Amino acid sequence: MYPENLYYTKDHEWLKVAGEEAIIGITDFAQKQLGDIIYVDLPQAGKVLEAHQAVASVESVKSVSDVFSPVAGEVIAVNEALSQTPDVINKDPHGEGWIVKIRIKNKEELKNLMKAIDYEKYLEGLEH
Amino acid sequence: MSYIPISDQDKKEMLARIGVNSFEDLFSSIPENVRLKKDLKLPSPMPEMEVLDYFAKTGKQNTFSNYLHFLGGGAYEHFIPAVVDYLSSRSEFVTPYTPYQPEISQGTLQVIFEFQTLICQLTGLDIANASLYDGATGAAEAVLMGYRIKNRKRLLVASNLNPQYREVIYTYTKNLGLEVVEIPYDKSGRIDKGGLASSLNGETSVLLCQSPNYFGVIEDVQSLAELVHNQGALLAVVISEPVSLGILEAPGKLGADIVTGEAQSFGLPLSFGGPFLGFMACKKEFVRQMPGRIAGQTIDVDGRRGFVLTLSTREQHIRREKATSNICTNQAHCALRATIYLETLGREGLKKLAWLNLQKAAYAAEQLSSIPGVSRKFSGPVFNEFVLEFPERWEKINQKLQEKGILGGLALGPHYAGLENSALITVTEVSDKEKIDTYVRALKEVLS
Repeated sequence: MYPENLYYTKDHEWLKVAGEEAIIGITDFAQKQLGDIIYVDLPQAGKVLEAHQAVASVESVKSVSDVFSPVAGEVIAVNEALSQTPDVINKDPHGEGWIVKIRIKNKEELKNLMKAIDYEKYLEGLEH
Repeated sequence: MSYIPISDQDKKEMLARIGVNSFEDLFSSIPENVRLKKDLKLPSPMPEMEVLDYFAKTGKQNTFSNYLHFLGGGAYEHFIPAVVDYLSSRSEFVTPYTPYQPEISQGTLQVIFEFQTLICQLTGLDIANASLYDGATGAAEAVLMGYRIKNRKRLLVASNLNPQYREVIYTYTKNLGLEVVEIPYDKSGRIDKGGLASSLNGETSVLLCQSPNYFGVIEDVQSLAELVHNQGALLAVVISEPVSLGILEAPGKLGADIVTGEAQSFGLPLSFGGPFLGFMACKKEFVRQMPGRIAGQTIDVDGRRGFVLTLSTREQHIRREKATSNICTNQAHCALRATIYLETLGREGLKKLAWLNLQKAAYAAEQLSSIPGVSRKFSGPVFNEFVLEFPERWEKINQKLQEKGILGGLALGPHYAGLENSALITVTEVSDKEKIDTYVRALKEVLS
């Protein structure tokens, strides 16, 4: 069920690459764990990120999770729609629910990320 | 909630249930070498009669009530209607702690919700929290909140803010690498606009001022808000005498972004300095940066009205080191008393009370400053406190007044260079004309 054109992390973020840019979101598994999402704390465009640095935070009614950038880069856009309708993440986590767009610093880092098939195996491991 | 005593048998059963032999076994994770091996140094137990006697004697050491007093400066004596003591001491309110499943205590949450509503109405802002420890920590929290919102390192604090509040701000900000700049006051007792303009720049997060300020002078909040907003900074206003809000325009309506302060005036006795009651309100857009807890109103699955703790994700038990503040409680019982007090007075009652304070203080200021050698130090408008200047050091006059059974005012010299001959005099509704006239006569004698 996880789209094959995305990269995945163990922290349950996904990354969709288009040229030198990429959009980042959280996975369907992550949104189910969090429950109803009520607020997304978005960064300013221009923020420079290391790999694994917190780029945003996602709040549900009784918990909050940081969203980590899968790779190093610079924030070039945020999904402004989330400030009005954060529950889009629950409805369409791998599409309309994207969180930030970054310019990737070094595409070599993509090698460290999981493909859909690996991520699904990883999730199976978590469930047992 | 009833009071349930615990017997030795109960303890045994509880230990047996969790599979522990003795009470001491519960502390097994604490290393032997750091455990206290002897009894605490406490006095031996006393029978009830002796306990009462002990506290009666200790209470008599407080000779405060023997004096006629005109003290304020952040702690105010106001009349407390008996209904406040009666309702607030009902066991339903006295015994419960805000539980970890707070929604079980609908009554407690409803009181907090009402308290927040009252604070919003008084401050003219959208959102109030469930209360803070006191006005001083509220002031410090407001400064830090301004920094969280604007992320600029310069914080401006009025020098005519209560000196004790300023001390707490310095404590809270000491290790955060922030720049706290004090803004001078002018001859009217208000913030000096020139001094403000020279410190206010694009690196400033917030200006924190107090109104009425520590000299009792009402600040021009509206023009301060304009100056501050022009630089993209925020205005936080401290209210240490909230009775003034019965007659003064709500700071939120004058442009303040954050209003915080001390609500001791609302039904809390002075009690040797505490517990007091901090409050805080802000514009809706800043709610996620506001410290403390918030009670919200909602509906349950059957559509009935109910109350919840909301926006908890800003708090320590969820966000840990990224929480908005280290406060993880509120002054629920004090907030309850303030709520009962305000709901007893009502809108008109609070307005009348504010008028009484203003008029009595105006009478006292007029009478005292007509004594030769005594003058008003500042020209700005006041509420129920004002500063007088005397021909010699206030401490000397104060001592002579005390010999006549009068605590005539707070010394300003210890906190302000140049005000050694001045004192802050406070007059609330508890000082009737006779008391004020007694003070006037005594001061005349002392100065003659």
